[in-house]
Amino acid sequence: MSLPIRVLVAKPGLDGHDRGAKVIARALRDAGMEVIYTGLRQTPEMVVNAALQEDVQVIGLSILSGAHNAIVPRILDLLREKGMTDVLVIVGGIIPDEDAAELKRLGVSEVFQPGASLEKIVDFIRGSVKQIA
Amino acid sequence: MKTTKPEQEISTLSGIPLKPFYGPEDAASSPPPGEFPYTRGIHPTMYQGRLWTMRQFSGFSTPQKTNERYRYLLSQGQTGLSVAFDLPTLMGYDADQPESAGEVGKCGVAISSLRDMETLFSGIPLGEVSVSMTINSPAPILFAMYLAVAQQQGVAFERLQGTLQNDILKEYIAQKEFIFPPRPSMRFATDVIEYATRHVPSYNPISISGYHIREAGSTAVQELAFTLRNGIEYVEWALKRGLSIDEFGPRLSFFFNAHNDFFEEIAKYRAARTLWASIARERFGSKSQKVQKMRFHAQTAGCSLTWQQPMNNVVRTAVQAMAAVMGGTQSLHTNSLDEAYALPSEHAVTLALRTQQILAFETGVTDVPDPFGGSYYLEALTAEMVKAAGHYIEQIDAMGGVLPAIERGFLQNEIANASYTYQQEIDGRERIQVGVNAYVEADEEPLELLAIDDSAEREQRVALESLQQERDELQVWSSLKRLKDDAEGEANLLPALLESVKAYATLGEIVAVLKGVFGVYTEPSRA
Repeated sequence: MSLPIRVLVAKPGLDGHDRGAKVIARALRDAGMEVIYTGLRQTPEMVVNAALQEDVQVIGLSILSGAHNAIVPRILDLLREKGMTDVLVIVGGIIPDEDAAELKRLGVSEVFQPGASLEKIVDFIRGSVKQIA
Repeated sequence: MKTTKPEQEISTLSGIPLKPFYGPEDAASSPPPGEFPYTRGIHPTMYQGRLWTMRQFSGFSTPQKTNERYRYLLSQGQTGLSVAFDLPTLMGYDADQPESAGEVGKCGVAISSLRDMETLFSGIPLGEVSVSMTINSPAPILFAMYLAVAQQQGVAFERLQGTLQNDILKEYIAQKEFIFPPRPSMRFATDVIEYATRHVPSYNPISISGYHIREAGSTAVQELAFTLRNGIEYVEWALKRGLSIDEFGPRLSFFFNAHNDFFEEIAKYRAARTLWASIARERFGSKSQKVQKMRFHAQTAGCSLTWQQPMNNVVRTAVQAMAAVMGGTQSLHTNSLDEAYALPSEHAVTLALRTQQILAFETGVTDVPDPFGGSYYLEALTAEMVKAAGHYIEQIDAMGGVLPAIERGFLQNEIANASYTYQQEIDGRERIQVGVNAYVEADEEPLELLAIDDSAEREQRVALESLQQERDELQVWSSLKRLKDDAEGEANLLPALLESVKAYATLGEIVAVLKGVFGVYTEPSRA
C-alpha cells in the first residue's frame, strides 16, 4: 500500500485570486492526496521553505498575474540550491504558450492553462510521482 | 441552465429550480419604472432619457502608455474612463519595492506617486470626463491624488464626477487584495464617504461590488445577497460617523456581474433594485428617492470567457451585455475576447466597445424600460431571488453583521462550495462549456496579444529616483508625521493624505505609515 501523495498548493506573488487554487486543493484531497495550501502572497523563499518543511512530492503554483517569468525560475533555483530537484513542480494560471514552453525547459513538469480539467491534473500527478511503497 | 438531463429538473445557472413553463398565476406585476421599489428601473424612460455610460476598465504598463489608451478609447466613443491599477499599486507597494518585482504594470497601470497620476490624466479634463477608479485597500490615497490633479487642472471639486470602488469588505470575502485589518479599513473607507459627501458631492465614493464575489465562484443569489448586506454595513458605519442616510445615501453606488444565464441576470438586477429600495426606506428610514434608487455599473463575466476558441467570447460578451442593458444598468464594461490570455489588445477592446454601441443603436433594446416587465418567468424569478437573497441577509444579520461573518469564514465558504460544485459540473459534463468540454477543436489560430514587458518596471524605478531627488524631503516627512498622528486619532484622513500626496510622498511611503498604525491582515489559511 502506498502513502498518499503530498502536495503543496501555493499562491506566489501579489495576486489574490485564489478560486482556482482552492478548487484544485479540494479536488486533490478528494482524490486521496494530502494537500497543504500556503495561503496568499508567498515569496519564492516562503514557498520552498513550506515545501521542505511539509516534505511534499509536488508543488502546484497558481499564477494569474503575468509575473510567472519572474517568480517560477526563482523557485526552481531555490529548489536546486536546497537539493529538492525530485519535487515535481506544476504551474496553473494565465501562462502564454511560449512562456509555458520556456518554463518546462527550465524544469517545470507541466503547465495547466485555463480550462484544464481537474481529472487531467489528478491523473498527471498520479502518473508522475514515484510512489513510496 | 442545466439542459443535459431532460427528464429531471431544469434550474438556472445558480441552481434555482424552474417550472416547465410559467403562466399568469406565477407572478404579480411590478409598479412602473421610476416608482418604488424601482423593480422596473429607476427612471420612467431609462435609456430614452439617458444612455448607459460606456466605460471600459483599462490600464497597463506606465501612466504614459495608459494615457494613450484612454485617449484612444475616448476617441472611439467611450463615454467614461475606468482605471485599472497594477498589483503593486493595489497592494500599496511602489514600483521599486522588492515585492513589486515582475509585477509592475502587468495587470494594470503602475501608480507610485502624484506625478504618475498627473501623467495618467494628462490632456484629460477631469471637469468634463467622469473617471472610475478600481482601487480598494489604498483607495483614499489614490482618491487624494485624483483630487490633487483636479486642483492642478483648476477644476473645483463640485464638478468632479466619477466613482471610487473603495469596497474593502469584498476584498476579505472574494478578491483578497487587502492590506490592513477590517476595522481600520472600514474607518478608512468611511473617511472617503464622509469627505466626498461634504466636498465632492457629485462623486460616488464607493462602488459596493458583487462582480468579484461572482468571479470567485458564487451563485447569482449569493452575489446579490452579499453585495446588499455589504451595502448595509457601509451605511451603518457612515451613520455611526454622524452622517444622515439622506446626506450620503444618494451617492452610494453598486457594481454587478453580467454572467451567462440571461434571464437570471435580468431578474437579479430587478431583485437588487427591489431589495435596496426597501432596505433604504424600511431598514434605514430614508425618505429620499435618490437613496432608494439603486444605481449600478455592470461588467460582463470574465470568469465565463474561455482560453479555447477565444472568438466564442465575443458572443458570450454580447449576450451578457444585453442582459445588463435589459436589466437597466447605468454603466457597462464589456470584456475583450482575449480575456483568458492577457490584458485587452487594442483590436479586442475596440470590438468590445463596438458591442455596446451596436446594442445601443441598432437593436432596439433601449426603446422601452424593462422590456421583460410583465413576463411570467421574469416576474416569478425576480420574486424568487428577492426571497432567497433575503434569507442570506437574515443569516448574516443573525451572525452580527458582515465582519463576524467574515471572521468565521461563512461568506468565503459559501463561495468556495459554489465554485467547487460548478467545476465538478463542468468536469462531469453536466454543464456544457462550448469549446472546452464539448465541440473542442484540435488546432486554433494564435491570437495577437498585448505584450507587457519589464520596461515599465525599469521606467518607473528611474522616475521614482528622480522624484526623490526633486521633492522637498522635509515637507514629505512632516506631512507623513501629520498623517500618522491623524491615523492614530479619529480625524478624517483625507486632508492629511492630500498634504502627503502633494508633497510627493509615494504610495509605498504612505502605506508604510498606515501599516504601522493599522497593522496588517493575514487571512486564516482555509482551502
